[in-house]
Amino acid sequence: MTVYAAPGTEGAIANFRPRYDHWIGGEYVAPANGQYFENPSPVNGRTFTEVARGDADDIDMALDAAHGAAPAWGRTSVTERALVLNKIADRIEEHLEELAVAETWENGKPVRETLAADLPLAVDHFRYFAGAIRAQEGSISEIDGDTIAYHFHEPLGVVGQIIPWNFPILMAVWKLAPALAAGNAVVLKPAEQTPTSILYLMELIADLLPPGVVNVVNGFGAEAGKPLASSHRIRKIAFTGETTTGRLIMQYASQNIIPVTLELGGKSPNIFFSDVAAAKDEFYDKALEGFTMFALNQGEVCTCPSRALIQADIYESFLADAVVRTEAVKQGNPLDTDTMIGAQASNDQLEKILSYFDIGRAEGAKVLTGGHRAEMDGDLAGGYYVTPTIFEGKNSMRIFQEEIFGPVVAVTEFGDFDDAIKVANDTLYGLGAGVWTRSGADAYRAGRAIEAGRVWTNCYHAYPAAAAFGGYKGSGVGRENHKMMLDHYQQTKNLLVSYAQGAQGFF
Amino acid sequence: MSDDVRSPQAADAPPARVAVTDAAAELLVRLRDKHGELMFHQSGGCCDGSSPMCYPDGDFITGDADVHLGDLAVGAERATFTVPVWMSRNQFEYWKHTHLTIDVVPGRGAGFSVEAPEGVRFLIRSRLFTDDEWEQLRV
Repeated sequence: MTVYAAPGTEGAIANFRPRYDHWIGGEYVAPANGQYFENPSPVNGRTFTEVARGDADDIDMALDAAHGAAPAWGRTSVTERALVLNKIADRIEEHLEELAVAETWENGKPVRETLAADLPLAVDHFRYFAGAIRAQEGSISEIDGDTIAYHFHEPLGVVGQIIPWNFPILMAVWKLAPALAAGNAVVLKPAEQTPTSILYLMELIADLLPPGVVNVVNGFGAEAGKPLASSHRIRKIAFTGETTTGRLIMQYASQNIIPVTLELGGKSPNIFFSDVAAAKDEFYDKALEGFTMFALNQGEVCTCPSRALIQADIYESFLADAVVRTEAVKQGNPLDTDTMIGAQASNDQLEKILSYFDIGRAEGAKVLTGGHRAEMDGDLAGGYYVTPTIFEGKNSMRIFQEEIFGPVVAVTEFGDFDDAIKVANDTLYGLGAGVWTRSGADAYRAGRAIEAGRVWTNCYHAYPAAAAFGGYKGSGVGRENHKMMLDHYQQTKNLLVSYAQGAQGFF
Repeated sequence: MSDDVRSPQAADAPPARVAVTDAAAELLVRLRDKHGELMFHQSGGCCDGSSPMCYPDGDFITGDADVHLGDLAVGAERATFTVPVWMSRNQFEYWKHTHLTIDVVPGRGAGFSVEAPEGVRFLIRSRLFTDDEWEQLRV
């Protein structure tokens, strides 16, 4: 067990500056309007730094820097760019513990997650795209004996990226790694709840990237996000967030005729077929952990398995074991490596979760465990903590249909295979899903029948770089991760070449 | 829920689907001074999903894919101005049995909603329609 010292206290391995400016052209640049906003830690609710409150002027300056850097960066060889990405990965790895503590302090998630997932995945993501870009090839179509179509990948140029607050570094890296590998320059706007950890990273890798290739402008969505998303000076916009903002970003993009990738969340079903309980063995234990994954990252994951569907004949016994497993989740100081669930990322997030407890109860759902704010003592008293919560109810209830983004699962039972699929697909979203069974045939049939971009099969919440991630239905447009992501950051250049000497014959 | 909820309606009109608390109404007055006429679109999905997003009216283009839930009457005299509230039609199918009150809480917010820079966040509080209300709404 290790308890890391809080940033700003004696013995801390990560410390923040008292104030953060924008990161533009490879250095800190004060906001044009001179304004800053406070950044509180969800761990204790107290402000630990202040951050530049950007607006259209700062976005313009960042776009200037990006446009200045993009042509040269786009012309570098893939060998050089891959080398830069690998060096970034190495640098993150060297500072992994420090970055993990910084991110935990800003986001509230337990350090065991940042140490074991967020940061190692960020490292691997850069390495994956370093490899992918070197192995990428264009193509040649032989139209006829004298005519050849050559296809080249070209960078888009300058792209905009708007990052969510649930994985402040990893979600930025998901977007940065393929964009940079493909030769683009980026203007990135972090979420206003978590504006600092990405700047912490930018400082660490400042010497590895040419100035202007990555620019970070902080601020509020209405003031800094909108001028970025609606700018005619970006060739693509990528966004992770919710549906109304997703639609708004598409509307802005339509005005500039640029592509978007959107990841807008889900209400992921986690299906447990009866044969899961055929033996109380290692696999049964794994399935129980799979159920409890709704509490990972305090439930603040777009793919949170927030609807558990359990087959009727094992419903009572499996759910009873699942309650026990959920109650064993250790809540506490996020900087303690034994802590499994930390603080919700912000006060409004906490309030929203509590409002869903109200509507869940009002609709007649039964609370099996949790259902309240977790009151913490001492230093954590001002933080935003929620006890992992299991509701039992019907799929038509709003707690089954809306992404609460908290450690809350809504449980219901199903009769047979068709019933499971029907309930699983009765949702506006289709980002993630889980299927648990000992039958390979059932796993395959269920996985193909569920309308979701990723179906974890006998596992959950794994995010390897080589597996495509993205949504069906209302969950968004496009994919992240996997080498196919390069396509979202590239143009196709076709050279259609004739080697024939004769006229084409029209005139 | 507090009793300071405004839910204006004529005597024979069907029950309102949306209402606004006094605190949220006061904020809307200030936001309107800054941004002009306003609108809400109820979000869904990830991160700040399930939050009502407040925009300068017309900034978010609504269409056949949306349902107009009603207009919030806001202002010192109770009807100085109105703020329309919208929701995606497919989302409405899952929400239609609930009455929505727009409240405000301290928070950081996100998305492009105009109140976030004020250090507050609009929040939806929901209740089930009563059987009587539901009957009237279905007519």
